[in-house]
Amino acid sequence: MNLNAPLLDVRDLSIQVAGVRPPLVDRISFSLRAGQTLCIVGESGCGKSLTSLALMGLLQTPPLSIAGGTAQFAGRDLLTMTRRELGQVRGDRMAMIFQEPMSSLNPSLKIGEQIAEAVRRHKGVSREAARARALEMLERVRIPAAAKRLDAYPHELSGGMRQRAMIAMALANDPELLIADEPTTALDVTIQAQILDLMRDLQAETGAAMILITHDLGVVAEMADQVAVMYAGRIVETGPVAQVFDDPQHPYTIGLMSSMPSLGARSDRLVTIPGVVPQAAAMPDGCRFSTRCPFRTPICDNVPPLTSLGNEHEVACFHAPLEQTPKLRVVGA
Amino acid sequence: MSGDIILRAEGLKRSFVTRKPLFGPATVVQAVDGVDLSILKGETFAIVGESGCGKSTLARLLVRLIDPSEGSVWYDGADIAQLPPEALRALRSDLQFIFQDPFSSLNPQMTVGALIEEPLITHGIGDKDERRARVDDLLTRIGLTPAHADRYPHEFSGGQRQRVGIARALATGPKVIIGDEPVSALDVSIQAQVVNILEDLKEAFGLTLVVIAHDLAVIRHMADRVAVMYLGEIVEVAPAEGLFTAPRHPYTETLLAAIPIARVGPRRAKARIEGDLPNPTAPPPGCRFHTRCSHAQDRCKTERPTLRDLTGRQVACHFAETLDLTGLTGGDAARSPSARARFALYRAARAQEGGITASEKTDSSTKETLS
Repeated sequence: MNLNAPLLDVRDLSIQVAGVRPPLVDRISFSLRAGQTLCIVGESGCGKSLTSLALMGLLQTPPLSIAGGTAQFAGRDLLTMTRRELGQVRGDRMAMIFQEPMSSLNPSLKIGEQIAEAVRRHKGVSREAARARALEMLERVRIPAAAKRLDAYPHELSGGMRQRAMIAMALANDPELLIADEPTTALDVTIQAQILDLMRDLQAETGAAMILITHDLGVVAEMADQVAVMYAGRIVETGPVAQVFDDPQHPYTIGLMSSMPSLGARSDRLVTIPGVVPQAAAMPDGCRFSTRCPFRTPICDNVPPLTSLGNEHEVACFHAPLEQTPKLRVVGA
Repeated sequence: MSGDIILRAEGLKRSFVTRKPLFGPATVVQAVDGVDLSILKGETFAIVGESGCGKSTLARLLVRLIDPSEGSVWYDGADIAQLPPEALRALRSDLQFIFQDPFSSLNPQMTVGALIEEPLITHGIGDKDERRARVDDLLTRIGLTPAHADRYPHEFSGGQRQRVGIARALATGPKVIIGDEPVSALDVSIQAQVVNILEDLKEAFGLTLVVIAHDLAVIRHMADRVAVMYLGEIVEVAPAEGLFTAPRHPYTETLLAAIPIARVGPRRAKARIEGDLPNPTAPPPGCRFHTRCSHAQDRCKTERPTLRDLTGRQVACHFAETLDLTGLTGGDAARSPSARARFALYRAARAQEGGITASEKTDSSTKETLS
């Protein structure tokens, strides 16, 4: 096997909802190597969570369905696997962490039992060995008094501790790929900082690749190697985190960064992105950001392809780089 | 900002019974445990803290949406904690509240026009035509049009609904608006629209704004002064600039250090806080923060610090004068001149579209094409 080959390679993934023509997720592609973190960032309805659910085989079908594409994971296409095959991969070679641990942990099972169950299901080890592994994992995610917590029910833990238990369960079988969907959004800022530190440390230890889905550009800057900015079901900009943050190119990325209040110095007025994301049925055929973009021209009625700017940095905008587009300079002057 | 105090809390306390067994003592949590604060006329005052710190309870006490267990809230020469119901009702037109969730705080069976008009009817303000004119004016100010008055909340986006909540709060011509996480449920780009509208309206109506939030970036942008709460107590009150750049309470420092910054660069050595929030039903003795404070000494374990005056601020820490704490240093992303030019282009293009008025029109027209 080629060491440079990506661990996960998603090509032209589309997701559709029954009865609506424009796909909710429209031909998105990305890849990820071992040990890398890819952050998918975007606002509500951009398709970031649908993407992760599709990879895990957890899409609600119907009404949702995969309308095209492939997702090669360690040489096999996740999207064509049978339910049974997926069940073998999921929780073993790939695992997922959700936003709300309370709804993804079984409330009637003790924490230790849940982790042990995940281990036994995939590794076929003895009860004792599985319980020992569960304890080891709780210690690794730095849950204090781990031996005691093995016998705690999820509701007996705080939000932060529950998220740690979730992480322990997800990592129990040493997955090669971890998908985390807004793992810290429900947590307070100091607890979020602890969990992000923990995830970074564990990733360095295990060498797992991670897809981190978030709406928070701060979390992206702290965690990502690669970033994919999604808007209305498409990746509009992608690249190494430093490129995307220091040299953003897509008007949506620029708008998003402009609407964030600065922590540095107080600004007089926030620059906004007017309007809302069009609903699926009213989605424009061309650039999906064109309804809210101040730089739109007739060419934007076509679909802009993701185009390389060098340094692995790609943007889907006909006018990039904006400052070199003559007409726009007049508008801005 | 004039130095006039518009709203003042004194020794404010509120406890809740969290568990009441059939036998034995009830479990009580002191959600707000002895808060003194003064809010100045015309300022934006922020209350920040993590879940369970009591900030939402405090906000509700300030307008007496709930009754305090002890203490008083002074507004316009009266202790509103003691006012009888009729007097309180009259007061409600002066002190208004905006809730976090624009989905659950608007009656889905009422049109937006009726929702905004309702407080006017309740307070007996104006006749039918005057009320209608007032509703139209408010709708325009939040970037909708009078035609939207006949629509129902579900026909609007989250950001628009929150703006309707703001218009409703403004209907009676209040002096003080208290917002409990008014933009937390919104996406960043929509949040910016609502923040701008709140600031415009504050300016237009000469309001005093009290904002409860956990998002410190929003606070940094909006607030003149900030109070930081921890386990029912205020630990620091300071002008926003000073609080963010040079905190004087270790908890404030920790809170600031925990914010993920949208800037790529060498990672700062962080003042990480260990452990969880202590159980609020049994807060630690002495300084409540001592169990998680890296600067704690023996004195902190036994002696409870009170909020005391330091130059230009108040801090509840025994060692506030001597601790060397780190705030947030300024500076945005390390952008190239061409990237900066791009941001300037974007800003200019948005300004040319005509600021929020145009933006709201785009917003509503988007919805219109859908319906």
